[in-house]
Amino acid sequence: MSTVDTERTITVTVNGVPREATVPVRRLLSDALRHDLELTGTHVGCEHGVCGACTVLVDGDPVRSCLMLAVQVDGRSVTTVEGLARDDHQGGSVLHPVQEAFRECHALQCGFCTPGFLVTIAAGLDERDASVELTEEEVDDMVGGNLCRCTGYANIKKAVHAAAAAMREAG
Amino acid sequence: MTTKLFGEPVRRREDARLIVGKGRYLDDIGHTALAAAFVRSPHAHARIVSIDVDAALDVEGLVAIYTYEDLVGPMAEPLPVLIPHPQLTAPRTGYPLANGEVNHVGEPIVMVVATDRYVAEDAAERILVTYEELPAVVGVDAAHEARHAVHDDVPDNVAARHHQETGDVEPALAASPRTLTFTQYIERSASMPMEGRGVHARWDADDASLRVHTATQASTSVRAAIAAKLQLSLDKVEVVAPDVGGGFGVKIMHPWPEELLVPMAAIALGADVKWSEDRREHFISSAHERQQRQEITVGFDDEGRLTALDVTVWHDNGAYTPYGIIIPIITATQLIGPYVIPVYRVRVDSVYTNTVIVTPYRGAGRPQACYAMERTMDRIADVLGLDRALVRERNLIQPSQFPYDAHLTFQDGRPVVYDSGDYPGLMTKLKDLVGWSETSQLRDDAAARGRLLGIGMAMYVEGTGPGPYEGGHVQVLGSGKVLVATGLTSQGQGHETSFAQIVASELGVPIEDVEVTTGDTRRFPYAVGTFASRAAVMSGNAIALAARGVREKALRIAADVLEASPDDLEIEDGVVQVKGVPGASIPLRTVAVLSNPLRYAFDEAAKQATQFTTHDDSKPPVAPGDAPGLEHRDYYSPLRSTFASGAHAAVVEIDPATWEIDVVRYAVVHDCGNVVNPMIVEGQVHGGVAQGVGGALYERMAYDADGQLQNASFMDFLMPYASEVPDIDIDHQSTPSPLNPLGIKGAGEAGVIPGTAAIASAIEDAVGRRITSMPISPTELYDLVRSPDSELTATAVRRAGTGAMA
Repeated sequence: MSTVDTERTITVTVNGVPREATVPVRRLLSDALRHDLELTGTHVGCEHGVCGACTVLVDGDPVRSCLMLAVQVDGRSVTTVEGLARDDHQGGSVLHPVQEAFRECHALQCGFCTPGFLVTIAAGLDERDASVELTEEEVDDMVGGNLCRCTGYANIKKAVHAAAAAMREAG
Repeated sequence: MTTKLFGEPVRRREDARLIVGKGRYLDDIGHTALAAAFVRSPHAHARIVSIDVDAALDVEGLVAIYTYEDLVGPMAEPLPVLIPHPQLTAPRTGYPLANGEVNHVGEPIVMVVATDRYVAEDAAERILVTYEELPAVVGVDAAHEARHAVHDDVPDNVAARHHQETGDVEPALAASPRTLTFTQYIERSASMPMEGRGVHARWDADDASLRVHTATQASTSVRAAIAAKLQLSLDKVEVVAPDVGGGFGVKIMHPWPEELLVPMAAIALGADVKWSEDRREHFISSAHERQQRQEITVGFDDEGRLTALDVTVWHDNGAYTPYGIIIPIITATQLIGPYVIPVYRVRVDSVYTNTVIVTPYRGAGRPQACYAMERTMDRIADVLGLDRALVRERNLIQPSQFPYDAHLTFQDGRPVVYDSGDYPGLMTKLKDLVGWSETSQLRDDAAARGRLLGIGMAMYVEGTGPGPYEGGHVQVLGSGKVLVATGLTSQGQGHETSFAQIVASELGVPIEDVEVTTGDTRRFPYAVGTFASRAAVMSGNAIALAARGVREKALRIAADVLEASPDDLEIEDGVVQVKGVPGASIPLRTVAVLSNPLRYAFDEAAKQATQFTTHDDSKPPVAPGDAPGLEHRDYYSPLRSTFASGAHAAVVEIDPATWEIDVVRYAVVHDCGNVVNPMIVEGQVHGGVAQGVGGALYERMAYDADGQLQNASFMDFLMPYASEVPDIDIDHQSTPSPLNPLGIKGAGEAGVIPGTAAIASAIEDAVGRRITSMPISPTELYDLVRSPDSELTATAVRRAGTGAMA
C-alpha cells in the first residue's frame, strides 16, 4: 500500500528566482519552502493558521503558508523573509526598512515569530503612501494578527513607526 | 573595569541573522533526516491492553516502530527524578514510552520513524492501541479528595508535603488582634514558546559518537542524561542548543522522552533522525504550570501590621514529578515578598492529577506566591478601611535591614537571605508612576463614561541567580578575535550581546571582535542551565572572571615585551599600551601569538612566536604553572541567590454591559541591581508583563472532568495578541547585589510575577466584589457580579455608603 500521494512538479518564483520542485500534492507550502527549497527563514508555530509565524507573500499578499498547499503556488510568486532585502544596485543588498527597524528597536527576542511579522509589516508598509504619516490604527492592523511570546509587542509597534518614518524620509 | 559598554543599550548582535531568516532553529537542521512521530495516549488514565502495529507495516517509507518492548537497559527504567528532595516521598516518573499504563492525554506510547514526517504520521495513525480506561483525577480538589488515585501505590495522590516555618504560628495567630482566613485559586497556563520542542540526532558509526541538537535550556545535562540512558561514554556525546525559539521554562525540563528516543533511533538505524513537536503535541505532551489552591490565615493589628501568616497550598504537579518540588518550594519561600512577617508557616501538598506534568513556567511558583501575599495585603486593607499602599508600606522590610534573613530554605538548598534592596523606594516610585493618589478622580471620570475603573498593585521579591555554578571561557586568537563560551543556553534573551558587552568592557576590546557561544557542550562542557533568571548573574560573572584572567595574563606577557610593569599597562581597543607613553604598545592579537611558543609558523603572525625569533634562555618557553595560549576559564559559584524586586500597578476599565476587562494602564518599577543592557532588560519586562496579563485574563488550560484538554490549540488557548497587551510605563531602581563581582541580579522572570495579583486587585477595586479565582474572563466576571453568593468588599460597602460608585 502506498500512502505517498501523487507528486507534482511545480514552478514558482521565490524571492525573484524561478524555482522548480517536485512535491507530494498534500505538502504544505510552509514545508515545501522549508524542506524542499531549504528556505528555513519561514517558521512554523502552530500549523493551524493562528500564530502567523509562517506568513509569506504570495503575489504580494500575506498568506499563512501552513494553510496553503505547495501545489497552489504553481506559476505564482512567493516572497519569504529571505527575499525582503532589496538589491542596492551596487552588487549587494540593503535590508528592508522594517528589518532595520526591528533591530534598532529591539523588536525581537527569540526571533522565531519575527519572519512572519517582518513579511506582514513589509507588505503593509510597501502598499501604502509612504509620505502620509502612519496612524496607530494602521500599526495595530499590521501587527494585530501575529503572535509573539517574547516581546509583549511594544517594541514591534515602535519598529513599525520607525520603519514608516525611515520610508517617509527616504521618499 | 571600563564602563564603556557595560550598562549601555547596545543593539543585539544575534539580530543580524534573525531578521534575514538565517537563524538556525532545530527544525532548520537536517533536511534529509528521517522523521519521528508519536502515538500518544488519547486517555487521561488507562491501562494499555495491546498495541497492534500490523496495519502500519505496509506504509511505504516506514523505517521503524518502537514500543516499550524495544527499550533496553536504562531506557526501560523510569525517567529520572531530576531534583530529589527528602520531602518528595512519593516521586513518580513516566517511561520514555509508556510501560503498560498512561497517566495523561498525550503521553507517548509508540515512536514511528519514517522517511518524512507526513509518512511517519500516516503510519502512526494506523497503529491500534487498545486501552482499559481508568478513572481520571483532574484538578487539585479531586486530587486531594482522593476518591481515585493517579498512581495505585500513592492512594492519597500526595507526592510531597513541603513544610517550612519560622516560629510557632498557632499561638502567634491566637495572640493577634485580628485574623482573616480565606481560600483562593489560580489556574494552569503554560510557557508556550512559539517554537515547540525538537530533537535532531546524528550517529557517526565510524567514530562511535553522537551529536544531538535539541531545543533545550540545559544542553550539558541533556548530554549527561543521554550518555547515562544510552550507555555511552560522555566523551562520545555532544549536545548543542541551536537558536531556540523561546523557552520560558518548559525547555529546562529534561530529558524529555524524545530527547532519549530520537538519539536511540539514530544509533539503531545508523541514520540522522529528527522530531519537531507540533503545537497540539506541545499542549498535551510538554508541561504546564500554576494551578494551586491557597488557604491563608493571617494575623494583624489594627494598623495593618502583620503578626503571623499561615498558608496551606495544594499544588497540582500533574501526572509525574520529574522536576521534584522546586515549584512548591519557590511558592513557599517567595510568598513572604518584601514584607516583615514575624511568624510564618507554609505547608504545600504537591498532588498528582491525570494531566500534563507541571514544571517551571517563567516565574515558577512566584506568581502564585505573589498572588497569595498581595491578595492578603488587599484583604487587610479592605477590612481595616486603609489604603492598600499604606498597609504594604507599614509591613515593608526597610533598607537598613539588609542583609535580611527570612529564616527559610530556598530552591537551591541555601538560606533565603535578601542581599540588598529598597522596597519603600519601589513603592514611592510606583505610586508616582501610576498616579496612585489620583485614582478616585480616574474612577469618577470612567464612571461618567459608564465604565467601572479600578486600580491594583502588587510587589514581589524574586530570588534570582541560584547556583550551583556557571563557567566562562575567554580566548584571544592571533587574529585578534575573542572567543567566549559558556555552557548555559539562550532562548532569545540576547546573551550573545550581554556577554560580549561584559567581555569588551572587562578586556578592553572592540565588541565587534568578540564572538559568544552558548549551550554547546563542545565548547563548554560544564554548566547548569538557563532558568530562575540566572544567566546574567551566573554566566555573566563567570565570563567576567574569565576575561579578568585573560587580561592579567595579557598584561604579564605584554609587560615582558614592553619592558614595563603590568601595573603601568592598560588595554584599550584591543591594544596593550604603557599608560601615558604613546607608541609603547602591542596589539592584543600579538600578545595572543606570543602566548603560544611555536616550532612551526603557519602564517605570518605566527613567525613572531617561533623558536628562533624568541630569545630568553633563562626560562622554559612555557613557565611552570603557566599554559600556552591567551585564554582563561573561570567559574562563578555563589554562596546563595541574589534577590531582585519590583512593584507593579494596573488600572482596569470594565464595561458593565459586556464585562469586558481592559487594562488601560500598567506601571512597573523594577530593581535588578546593576544592568548590563537596559534595552534588553526592558524587553524582558515587556514580555513578562504580556505573559502576566495573559495569565490574569486569558490563558488557562481547560481540562474537562475526563482529563481531556479542551483548548489545545492557538484558536482556543488565548495568548495575548498586540491588542491585549497594554502600554507599559517603566521606572527603574538599582540596588546592586553585594554577592557578585558585577553587582547584578536576574531580570528574566520579573515581569510576569505580579500580573495576576495586581490585576485581580484592580478588578476587585472596580466591581466591589471579592475576586478569589484567577484568571477571570468577562463571562466569569458577569457571573460573579450577578451571583447572590459573591462577597461585596468592605470598600464597596463604604463607597456605597458615601454615595460613591462601587
